[in-house]
Amino acid sequence: MSISLLLEMAVSNDPDRLAVVCGETRMTTGGLDELVGGGAGVIATSGAEHVAYVGAGGVLLPVLLLSCARASRPFTPLNYRLSADALLELIGRLPAPLVVVDAEYLDVVAGLGKRVVTSDEFLSAARAADPVSAFTDPDAAAVVLFTSGTTSRPKAVELSHNNLTSYVTGTVEFAAADPGDGALICVPPYHIAGVGAALSNLYAGRKMVYLPNFEAREWIRLVGAECITTATVVPTMLDRIVTVLAREPVGLPTLRNLAYGGSKVPLPLVRRALDLLPGVGFANAYGLTETSSTIAVLTPDDHRAALHAIDDAAIRRLGSVGQPVAGVEVQIRADDGRPLEPGQTGELFVRGDQVSGRYAEIGSVLDAEGWFPTRDLAFVDDHGYLFIQGRSDDTIIRGGENIAPAEIEDVLLEHPAVHDCVVVGVADAQWGQITVAIVVPGEGTDPGAEELRDHVRERLRGSRTPDRVVFRSELPTNSTGKVLRRELINDLQSATKEPA
Amino acid sequence: MIKNGTRLQSQVCDTQVIVVRTAESLDGLRAGGSAMVPVGGQSDPAASLDPEFSDGNLMGKRYVDETGAEVLVTKAGAGTLTIGTAALTIKEAKPLPASD
Repeated sequence: MSISLLLEMAVSNDPDRLAVVCGETRMTTGGLDELVGGGAGVIATSGAEHVAYVGAGGVLLPVLLLSCARASRPFTPLNYRLSADALLELIGRLPAPLVVVDAEYLDVVAGLGKRVVTSDEFLSAARAADPVSAFTDPDAAAVVLFTSGTTSRPKAVELSHNNLTSYVTGTVEFAAADPGDGALICVPPYHIAGVGAALSNLYAGRKMVYLPNFEAREWIRLVGAECITTATVVPTMLDRIVTVLAREPVGLPTLRNLAYGGSKVPLPLVRRALDLLPGVGFANAYGLTETSSTIAVLTPDDHRAALHAIDDAAIRRLGSVGQPVAGVEVQIRADDGRPLEPGQTGELFVRGDQVSGRYAEIGSVLDAEGWFPTRDLAFVDDHGYLFIQGRSDDTIIRGGENIAPAEIEDVLLEHPAVHDCVVVGVADAQWGQITVAIVVPGEGTDPGAEELRDHVRERLRGSRTPDRVVFRSELPTNSTGKVLRRELINDLQSATKEPA
Repeated sequence: MIKNGTRLQSQVCDTQVIVVRTAESLDGLRAGGSAMVPVGGQSDPAASLDPEFSDGNLMGKRYVDETGAEVLVTKAGAGTLTIGTAALTIKEAKPLPASD
């Protein structure tokens, strides 16, 4: 089914419900529907085959996403923080696109030679245009998202209408939100969670409050001012919110649910957050662009159970991403493709209607039985809880032994003087690769390299002791909090090549 | 067999559904006692809501039969959803916390 139907259902259920809030703009489901109809008209008459968006999001995201669906054109929100060259390269890969751009980024795309309109121009034109509703093939791409490309050339993931609606109707109950419920959305528009948020909150009947440029104090203010009941953050945002709340404690009495995900969250940060917000139910969501957002969730009840557990296996689940959502199957496979038993680490494969596994220019990478290789290392425990051990590309091979960086990182993060850390492999003549821990010390602490190596040595096998420990004031991350390991490795490699 | 994604309407009430997972059984899909027809299709003017099948259905709920067929109610109506005379049942979803 088309994602247009999700809006159609929301409107027929309650056209007067407040649906989108951003700054001064407040829009009902009926108002959104009218704007989307006109937006589809603008797109259909532009002659474009595809629509790209360069901007910070807010109202533009649901409006463009749904206008494109109704005009039956794929939609690609792009990372507005990329360099002009990188943006032009990505836009150049889209067929005959109409480029919608926030005025402040107009310069970046001006020389493109494509059809360009500013966001304000698009909204004005949509208000004036005759509504259009085109026939949509449910297997056609509704959204094309570029992967962040932290390790290689960005890939263009195609998510069909059926992928996205399977995700929404399979994981969200229609109109199940209480009147007055509100979601605070600060994930960027070009991230799969931004697309998921627009569709699932619309379907649940939850007011969507947009905070386009995240800032922790503004986030806290909006939770109070808009009576926010649910929110989703990436790890770097959670870290900043927790830092502000620890210094300036405020109650967030309306907040029932806080989901975190996007990349791995250090366990001590999760514990601090749980401690500072005892009335909030925490959810750890795991998913990939290729899987139409969330495929596993560690629920608030799971968090509470792990916190109060006595046996080790149950306590450890605080570090898991929970169990697969309805309609998603998981399988852990060895390098030779053989399915592994609980407790054994291998590559995570997933299957389900929400899983795309299809890329523009490449095609589908699903195997004959429909399984998608996530390239994430993982294991499941005896109760079906899924533990993610990092990207298989990040595996360090030291002296012939495979080492998952996450294993060492998890231990280092428990040291009181470690605020954040990442472990990478650096080329070495003797070992092939050596392990290097890059550590961000906690405020007011000054841990020694030997002290941290001892800390790991006491807890893990000898081969897991970092060969080197280096200190940094922060880790390089992309805007959704993914650590840029490649950048760190390149820095370390070039540093070791310099003559002593 | 009806295709996934097909939208159907009742001849005798406001009900509309979309086929989420098709099966042979859906050839016998009825609402309010009468066969469902494609959205925009012709309704039999003589057909009327059968009181035997007037328990209604719920907006946004997924209904399933024993063979795995699944339809989503996109517009609620007064008729009961049945295959022949056997009522479809609501597919209860495991409630999940909002995650995005």
